[in-house]
Amino acid sequence: MSDVAAPVEVEDVAALPLEELHPAKAKRFANDTLWPVFERLRREAPVHYTPESEVGAYWSISRWDDIMAVDTDHKTFSSEPNITLLPHVDGQADVTVPGLAMFIAMDPPKHDIQRKTVSPAVSPTNLKLLEPLIRERAAKILDSLPIGEPFDWVDLVSKELTAMTLATLFGVPQEYRRLLTHWSDIVTAQPGPGRIVETREEKIQVFQDYHAYFTKLWNERVNAEPTGDLISMLAHSPATRNMSPLEFFGNVILLTVGGNDTTRNTMTGSVYALNKNPDEFAKLKASPELLPSMVSETIRWQTPLAYMKRRATRDVEFGGKTIREGDTVAMWYVSGNRDESVIDRPNDYIIDRERPRQHMSFGFGIHRCVGNRLAELQLQIVWEEALKRFPDIVVVEEPVRVLSSFVKGYESMQVVIPARH
Amino acid sequence: MPKITYVESDGNRHEIDVDAGWNLMDGAVKNGVPGIDGDCGGNCACATCHIFVSAEWAEVTGERTEAEQEMLEFAENVQSNSRLACQIEVDDRLDGLVVHLPESQY
Ligand code: HEM
Ligand code: FES
Repeated sequence: MSDVAAPVEVEDVAALPLEELHPAKAKRFANDTLWPVFERLRREAPVHYTPESEVGAYWSISRWDDIMAVDTDHKTFSSEPNITLLPHVDGQADVTVPGLAMFIAMDPPKHDIQRKTVSPAVSPTNLKLLEPLIRERAAKILDSLPIGEPFDWVDLVSKELTAMTLATLFGVPQEYRRLLTHWSDIVTAQPGPGRIVETREEKIQVFQDYHAYFTKLWNERVNAEPTGDLISMLAHSPATRNMSPLEFFGNVILLTVGGNDTTRNTMTGSVYALNKNPDEFAKLKASPELLPSMVSETIRWQTPLAYMKRRATRDVEFGGKTIREGDTVAMWYVSGNRDESVIDRPNDYIIDRERPRQHMSFGFGIHRCVGNRLAELQLQIVWEEALKRFPDIVVVEEPVRVLSSFVKGYESMQVVIPARH
Repeated sequence: MPKITYVESDGNRHEIDVDAGWNLMDGAVKNGVPGIDGDCGGNCACATCHIFVSAEWAEVTGERTEAEQEMLEFAENVQSNSRLACQIEVDDRLDGLVVHLPESQY
């Protein structure tokens, strides 16, 4: 995509007046120049207000402790009606499909009830059952990779494996798995020329196809005996079987995006980070027992979702500022994960940190990622199987990054596997 | 120093001297007891320090706080004696306490 690969324009962040800082500017995420902005915020303006931008006015919370405080106070900082910054047209937030509801964007008690319906599907107990299947698929994917020639790791590995897992969770036939990936990509995409969707109308059309497909699945499941898949769980559970169609679809979107982009981008990020840090790669090859710790460190270092948004439910004094009722607040996990007051040498990628699980990438409090164990499991498996097969995986070109300040990830990344063991 | 026994789900026991003033999560994590993660560092914000406290210790260990109750809603296999280890501070009255760990943290 040409717009993503545009030459990096050098911006002097230090020279900008604080109030002109717009940390959610998507371009800096696509060209990986976001870091100086957050360093400056943590130092000079940890509770920062951007009065005007294409996503409206918003507060930025950038330090670990402050993010923790916001994330654990859901009464003051509500997740309703949505958890991302939205493009503004004529001063109003532009919602692609009005009325969509998902439990990540609900407060208690409704949030709690719906979350409890979904969570058994991805609980540690259920994952034990899923593990052999994920491993078998990972093995198959890795065995089919070309040797000695460049290929796109995102397409052939990260997307394939996460799509297979997601199709299994949903009970979607495997031949449709890449449709899930496609829909997931479009949900979070900003329409624009040369992008995956070019216009708003096109995006709405895709939403309709996506919705129609899952409505069909719902109808099939409702009329059948309960099975363990997520759609069947939603269709049969007393807590969710009377959901409105838009609420059902909202939760499908949540599980598609949640289970897709984030894990996929960590899978790509792990190969990239290990290539950028060859000493760490060597450590891993010499001591595969470091894998769980490497997985956590990659999730911290990557921060696949850069922030979550909240809405203040009352006027509140916070970090010496007054956040007003109704204000939009972004908790920048990507910055909290680089907060030197909590994480030692936070910009370094170190796979044997003392407390590797200490990171913000899954959020904290009642909305903490329900799929975190599934994400870790997939990463663990793919690396266990990859280390068995390949002495090396070499990144041969800088990856193309996603143009989004929310989904922090990769469009594509060319690698070469020189040989098999 | 109060002696705390952490029992893994497979019966493996760890007897640890924990400093008064620490919480039960720190006592486990800083002494390498497996089975407690403590991802949020003791902020009652991740529920990866889920433990079971037997009935005879309920009185000295106290009751769940409101935030703890909320987080426990989303843990796996929660029982009436489930607690979050980071919300229990160690003092001399806890000397001899035995806590049980779940099979996995979620
Ligand atoms: C490395 C991979 C992942 C990352 C970094 C990640 C990150 C997050 C974050 C930051 C939140 C919101 C926390 C908050 O608002 O405080 C969240 C919630 C959620 N995630 Fe994940 N996630 C990942 C993988 C997954 C997977 C594999 C699934 C699939 C089941 C999933 C499903 C969800 C759901 C359903 C929620 C909403 C939970 C709630 O509101 O109670 N995530 N995730
Ligand atoms: S350590 Fe996170 S809730 Fe106890």
